[in-house]
This record gives sequence, C-alpha cells and structure tokens, in this order.
Amino acid sequence: MSEYTYPILFGLAAGTLTRVYMLRTDYRQYPTYLHGKIIHVALGFIAAGLGTVAIPSIMEEEFTAITFLTLAASQFREVRNMERNTLTELDSYELVSRGKTYIEGIAIAFESRNYLVIFTSFVSTLGYLLFNIWGGIAAALLAIVISKGLMAGGKLKDIVDVEFMEPRFDGAGLYVDNIYIMNIGLPERQEEVLRYGMGFILKPKNFNARSTIANLGQRQAILHDVSTALGVYRDSGTPALVPLAKRDLDDGRVGVFVLPQEKNVEKALKIIEAVPTLENAIRMPTERQTSGKGSQ
Amino acid sequence: MVFEKYILAVITTNPSKVPSGAAVFHCEDKKEMEIVATNLEAILDGIAHALTEELYVIVKH
Repeated sequence: MSEYTYPILFGLAAGTLTRVYMLRTDYRQYPTYLHGKIIHVALGFIAAGLGTVAIPSIMEEEFTAITFLTLAASQFREVRNMERNTLTELDSYELVSRGKTYIEGIAIAFESRNYLVIFTSFVSTLGYLLFNIWGGIAAALLAIVISKGLMAGGKLKDIVDVEFMEPRFDGAGLYVDNIYIMNIGLPERQEEVLRYGMGFILKPKNFNARSTIANLGQRQAILHDVSTALGVYRDSGTPALVPLAKRDLDDGRVGVFVLPQEKNVEKALKIIEAVPTLENAIRMPTERQTSGKGSQ
Repeated sequence: MVFEKYILAVITTNPSKVPSGAAVFHCEDKKEMEIVATNLEAILDGIAHALTEELYVIVKH
C-alpha cells in the first residue's frame, strides 16, 4: 500500500456517494429501475476514479497523466447521448410526451452530474492529502453542498403567476380565459372536455419570462409534468382529448389546458409552479444591449 | 413533402355546401351528423371539428 491508497479510496467513496445522492427517483420518473441506476452508479464510480487520481498525479509531478481527464469529457458526452437516445425512443409511447427540450435538459443534467462527481472526488482527495481525513471529510461535504446548489435549477413559480381558470366553450371553440385552445365539434366530446378539463393561466412576471414560457418545449414540459402527476384522461385513438398550451399573442400569457384523472386544483397549481424552467428554453431578451458595445 | 394536417372526411346536412375531393357523408339531420362524426372520429383517429352548424370535418393532426 502506498501513501495514496487511503486518500484515493476516500475520494472514490466520496464521489460515488455523491452520485448516489444525486440519483433520486423523483417526479421526473426516471431512472426508475435498478438496472438504470446501476449504470449511473457505475459511471459515477468511474468519474470518481478519474477525479481522485488527478491529485496524486500532480503530487508525483506526473503532469502528463492529467491528460486522461480528457477521456472523461468524451466518456460523459456519451452518457448524454445515451440518455437522449433512450428517452427520445420512449417518448413516442408516452400519452403526453416529454418533448425534445425536456429530454435534452435531463440528458445535460446526467452529463453534468458526472462532472460534479469528478469535482467532489478531486477536492476530497486534495483535502485528505493536504490535511488529514477530517480535512477530506470537510472538503467532501463542502463539495456536496456546492454540487447540490449547482444541480438545482429554477422553478416556474419564479417567473410566472399561475391562476386556475375553468375552461369554457364558445361555439365549437374551447377557451381558457380568452385564449383559444382548439375546436371540438362533437357535443358529446365537449361535455367530456368540460367534465375532466382544467385550465390554467400563466402570467409572466417580466419580459424575459414571456419569451421563456412561449417556448414550445417549456410548454410541453408543463403538460407532461401535470399529466404524470395527476394522470391523464386520454388514450391512443382519442386525439380530441389532448392537453394543450396556447399563447395570448397580445400580452404573452399562456393558457394551459389539461385533462387530469384527478381534478385537484390545489395540487395542480403546486405541480405547475414546481415545473423546472428548462435551461434550453430560458431566454433573456433584456440582456441584449441595444446601445453601446453589444449593438456593434 | 409531409402533410401535417389533412381532412379525412366531411360530414354535412347541406349537400350544396360540400366541396369535392374528400370523402363526403350526407346526413338527414344534425343528430345523424353527430353520430356519423363520432363514429368516424373513433375509426379514423382524427378530431371532429365543427365548421358551421351543418358542416363537420374530420381532421388528422
């Protein structure tokens, strides 16, 4: 055993535990089964290994050995591809699909979590070698806290006000507030839609939020999250019973129409407010400088 | 070219209003029209949209 054995084992353990901690089965319903989890824990272990051996290499002045970290980059890009492919394949069999933007967001999260594991292992081993095991533990805890902070994204309630609104028919047109959703011709179908349907109005809090919730991927994510949490009154071959989100062109409000199995307004409001703002949907038009340097 | 939306069938109680080029179902009254539209909607996996009181179309989305 060399002087590095314990620090390396410690870094490995810290990294792998961080991955396990970040691998929760939550409202995204993924990954659910043991096999999916094993893949990610195993990859987390590899990431931990990569992060942890970097410190001894530096201390032994084996600087070229650091280049193996480039391996990590290509390795974990694969993780992202794998997640994207799996989820895209499965998406066509969902009653209410996740949408490409949501899938991309999940895939990015899976990739970046492996880098957070590398970071945790790196600082844990560094702490151990510079001080002692307590230094290592302190560094690991700090890294986990930082990882958690970096992992959490924004929620929809930060950028919009959500309000419940009973959907209504004007002739054959279905409306949520004054936002036109779709045309449903059959009276029988209209009754069904009114019985099960729920409408919500998302009112953007500022100009940036207006563009973000206009994104089709973001809207699909809302519909998907509500439908997984409250169930959906729909089957294949009933295209008229489809949850939709449409936009008021005048003021950027979005009307969300859903058909949950469980008609619980309180719960639905909480779910919509907790929908993540997708990284790929966030737009910041106000960041664009129209005078000065930016405009040149 | 891929058609994203197309009319699968037209159901009407007013034969004079009906276009050519689609499968047209003539009905006696509104009640019959609704029954035909409901069945066609289920069979064709499309949505029955009401254009006017006497004209329904089944559209594939």
